Amino acid sequence: MTFDLVGPIAYASFFLVFALINAIVCLGLNVQWGQTGLFNVGVAGFVAIGAYASALLTTPPSQGRLGGFALPILVGWLAAMVASGAISAFVGALTLRLRADYLAITTFGVAVVVQLLALNAQKLTGGAFGVAFIPRPFDSLASMPALYDLANLALVAIVVGVIYVALERLGRSPWGRVLRAIREDERAAMALGKNPARYRLQAFALGGALMGLAGAIGAHFIGFIAPENYTSSLTFQVWAMLVIGGSGNNLGAIIGAGLVWALWSASGLIIADLVPASFEARAAALRIIAIGVLLATMIVVRPRGLIGEKAMVSRHLDEE
Amino acid sequence: MTPQVLVDGLMSGALIGLGAIGVTLTYSILRFANFAHGEFISFGAYATLLVASGISALIVGSDHGIGELSISPAVIAASLIAMTLTAGFALALDKILFSRLRGKGAAISVVMASFGASMAIRASLEFAFTSRPAYFSPDLEIARPIVFGLKATPDQMALLAVAAVLLMGVHLMLTRTQIGRAMRAVSENPALARVAGVDVDGTIRFAWATGGALAAASGVMLGLLVQIRPFMGFDLLLPLFAAAILGGIGSAPGAFAGALIVGLGEAITVQLAGSEWRAAFAFLVLIAVLIVRPTGLAGRPT
Repeated sequence: MTFDLVGPIAYASFFLVFALINAIVCLGLNVQWGQTGLFNVGVAGFVAIGAYASALLTTPPSQGRLGGFALPILVGWLAAMVASGAISAFVGALTLRLRADYLAITTFGVAVVVQLLALNAQKLTGGAFGVAFIPRPFDSLASMPALYDLANLALVAIVVGVIYVALERLGRSPWGRVLRAIREDERAAMALGKNPARYRLQAFALGGALMGLAGAIGAHFIGFIAPENYTSSLTFQVWAMLVIGGSGNNLGAIIGAGLVWALWSASGLIIADLVPASFEARAAALRIIAIGVLLATMIVVRPRGLIGEKAMVSRHLDEE
Repeated sequence: MTPQVLVDGLMSGALIGLGAIGVTLTYSILRFANFAHGEFISFGAYATLLVASGISALIVGSDHGIGELSISPAVIAASLIAMTLTAGFALALDKILFSRLRGKGAAISVVMASFGASMAIRASLEFAFTSRPAYFSPDLEIARPIVFGLKATPDQMALLAVAAVLLMGVHLMLTRTQIGRAMRAVSENPALARVAGVDVDGTIRFAWATGGALAAASGVMLGLLVQIRPFMGFDLLLPLFAAAILGGIGSAPGAFAGALIVGLGEAITVQLAGSEWRAAFAFLVLIAVLIVRPTGLAGRPT
């Protein structure tokens, strides 16, 4: 007797690819918030910038829309990182010398304006219809869904692995220690001759670049993007992932992303299966309320999250 | 561009002003940017809608517009009740959520909590009322000429007068009364204010109540002029912040001035580029202020 494994494998890989893409966004947010204490309320905007930047460069030319240079996917990924990173750096340069709230408000503004451009700048973004025909990695395998999803899963897993190792090394490096020193006691760090504004700017741009990369990877996996993928509820989900997983901890960011994404997808399936169509919009609202309450409770009751930050000291200290 | 932008600009300036006062009060007294303030606006509008339907069910004829206005006695009474309810809602949110985070650890976790609360409240409104727009009155208002070829509906004129009275009232309260002095003292230095005998907790509660009540008024205005949607307050949040920062965050007169500039700018943007670009102007104002003068119009250089 044989089981049909194609469906389950395809679904599981599809689910995991999205969980890992969310994990990349979450790792980016962890660099900004977890390591450095920078509050970004416009996560969805920075993800969207990456997705659209990559889509504009890699799609085949299309009538009535700018861009369409049919460049390789890898170029799109890099451009997404550069675009989101550069806009993050610009926002950071404007606000990081001011009180933390200014950064929050400005990033919120970025998300609003990106959504506005995505919806209305039709020549650039395709408007409400979005951008289609974005090239997909391993597209030659598309006739075998399970294999296609598995290949993409492997690719995204490698990317997450590389980012994780790089961020862990960076966190233990002098650069990472300065970031945490600034977050904990800015004056003490300044007294040691560190320039907090510059380090914050670097961390904010790095986090933004990762969000852009995640946007591009998601766009190329599905092959289609539209404005409604990048609303404030995405920002909200990513925050829930980081806070629940444990901000300041890269592994926590990844686990939080998987956990919240699993809860989100499972509740989506339940709603689609069990809830009558007339009640579906309301059930979807209920899902957001649940995550909102979970997030607020977590902040009040267990601010360090499931795993929490571990004390990181220089590896040379152990050798004494 | 026609001179009519003046009327539209004043209208949205008044709306934004009523909301921006709350944002700037919360910021100056509690020192955080409250992302849930937009939801106070939506909450106030829906509360008015509910109470008004209750009143018109009880009292026959209370849902007819007064004279030339589409605004009925039921809506007026309901909006006063809703302002009280929204003030209570703001106080409750502070009690349940924000007060627990005050004074412990990073100030920014309060901002984060307000972002979470904003999302949850908005989704609750969507759950209760669905995202279909609602209206206070089915009546259609016709604009009539006032001066210099400008046209306005009777509703617009009445609401503008109400907003002017409310804003003037807040200004007088902040500058001429004991509680206003206490608020300014707390915003300057909470520890010193407490030592000087100011009831800091009472002042905080008063700031929440004032911000909530004015937000509800803004929500009713927006509901009367446009429509009532769960996202109505959230869509107004960027203009609120832009106005508060342009005016110099923490300064109430600055927030009025900022709101008028943002409102007029939005009206001009709508005329030149179309209504879908409305929110872009607030963002440009925000960026320009951050580049040129982050302390805002009324702010003291730090």
